[in-house]
Amino acid sequence: MGPPGGAPSARRSAGVPVAVTGATSTTGGVVRSVSAFFHRHPWAKLLLLLTPAVLWLGVLYLGSLGVLLSYSFFRLEEFTGLLVREIGTTNYQQLLQPTEREIVLRTVAMAAAVTIACAFLAFPVAYYMARYASPRMRLLVYLSVIMPLWSSYLVRGAVAWRSILAGEGVLPWTLEKLHLDGVLRFLLQAPLIGGQSLVQSKLSLFIVFTYLWLPFMILPLHAALERVPGSLLEASGDMGARPWMTFRRVVLPLAKPGLVAGSIFTFSLTLGDFILPQIFGTSQLYLGQMVFTQVGVAGNLPLAAAFTFVAMAIMLLYLGAAKRLGAFEAL
Amino acid sequence: MRTSSTTRAGLGLRVSTLLVVGFLYAPLAVTVLYAFTTQTSAFTFPPPDLTTRWWGQAFGDPKMWSALRLSLLVAFVGTATALLIGGLLAAAVHRARFLGRNALAFLVVLPIALPGIVTGIALRSTFSQLDLPFGTQTLVIGHATFCIVIVYNNVIARLRRMSPSLTEASSDLGASGWQTFRHVVLPNLGTALLAGGILAFALSFDEIIVTTFVSGQQQTLPIYIFSILFRPRAKPVVNVVALLAIAITFLPVLFAQLLTRDEGGHVR
Repeated sequence: MGPPGGAPSARRSAGVPVAVTGATSTTGGVVRSVSAFFHRHPWAKLLLLLTPAVLWLGVLYLGSLGVLLSYSFFRLEEFTGLLVREIGTTNYQQLLQPTEREIVLRTVAMAAAVTIACAFLAFPVAYYMARYASPRMRLLVYLSVIMPLWSSYLVRGAVAWRSILAGEGVLPWTLEKLHLDGVLRFLLQAPLIGGQSLVQSKLSLFIVFTYLWLPFMILPLHAALERVPGSLLEASGDMGARPWMTFRRVVLPLAKPGLVAGSIFTFSLTLGDFILPQIFGTSQLYLGQMVFTQVGVAGNLPLAAAFTFVAMAIMLLYLGAAKRLGAFEAL
Repeated sequence: MRTSSTTRAGLGLRVSTLLVVGFLYAPLAVTVLYAFTTQTSAFTFPPPDLTTRWWGQAFGDPKMWSALRLSLLVAFVGTATALLIGGLLAAAVHRARFLGRNALAFLVVLPIALPGIVTGIALRSTFSQLDLPFGTQTLVIGHATFCIVIVYNNVIARLRRMSPSLTEASSDLGASGWQTFRHVVLPNLGTALLAGGILAFALSFDEIIVTTFVSGQQQTLPIYIFSILFRPRAKPVVNVVALLAIAITFLPVLFAQLLTRDEGGHVR
């Protein structure tokens, strides 16, 4: 990965102190001697380049994760609510309780469902962009996919969808005009996805999550599909494979790194979200929401930390598997 | 079997692409519509009538302005910090091999690969451990943490595309390390730094997950929006502020995307 650095050529030019731009002033002299110092001591330059990042990411960020880990082993005094800084497994024991376990499972199931839905919706767009779109069209679709990524998640998720899914909102109105309101009523009564109203159903939470994370799936999938040479698909067809066969045996395996890369985002973002479950969905809690409640209302940072570590452990396992599947090249 | 499959997409594929892109934008159209509805506490479709009075109300709220100011301030300082750290890190990772290089390249992605709540609560635990009061400074630290990777990604993508012969030629012609950097590397990196900075700014400006944990009593614009989301009356005011939040970053981000479009779609 490391490209040939400037080292060999630097050595060649080391003995040629001829100014290119004629910097002969004293400040130029200072700059010159400083840069000559770094030239003779490349490690010093590297140290200078690395120090801020190492301090910020290695000490502050990694250190914070360490502090978080240590908090997850502390506990709150039951009556006083004060922090007890003793190593113990109280929080992790509580995580194994049926209610808490259910929260984790529910969240993972939601993340998986959202990931699958995103993959299905992303495929046609990514495939169209990678194989058929003219350069202008590709840029247009690319921009329309990437722009939402950088605009307010809260606005696109909460503010917009609240009025679409509201009782007399856009979606119920549309379904009624299409004489499909019976389908909606049926879905709301269904055991796993239903709820009191559309806004207060798991179905709505699922829709909004899918909507929000969809661009995160389209882009890496497009990047992966773009690398599939068209001749490969033609060869497959020439050898008698039907389109479905070509898709399943040629396109899909090559798209896998992109799908996995996209799923890192859809999974991770669903696991940690605590905003949307407060607006959409039933009263059943999700992992992020549980952490949020423990920090805010209950003030139980240790339990929240333990919960966060579950989310983090799931993601690290996921990232490890993704790396093996070659997802990082598609990011 | 389609033989000349490169020429034209099937109707099904084109229609589904159009539908999915439409799906991405329809909610925004709805948000615009409901910024003008006359109803104060419901979202009946179609709206009974249209009015512009929510706009005056939204812009007349001093809390909105202070939230906007805080968001801009945090995004500016956070982005500046991320530009420095992310830019230097990209240069180091690109030009040298050293112990822990891969680990560092992985570590820089972690704040956005892990759920935001992890970063948020980890920093919160550390700040309270250090007795650092929550406020603007903790917001800046939190936002810079996840903005570094944006700058890093943009700069390293550009460095990889830059031909090494450029800097070699500069050295061969006798330029010092500083002169090569000043007159060769920096001009080439300029747009990557600009794009990375804009995107980092936009990300910071809209962030709410980490923000919730490190903001203390202060309200950034997203937190302000969230706080008025549940107001029983004057609901369309939220839509007005929401549109403002989107409008502020839209054009700069579009510009940044056009600046770096050759470098491919790296997701954040």
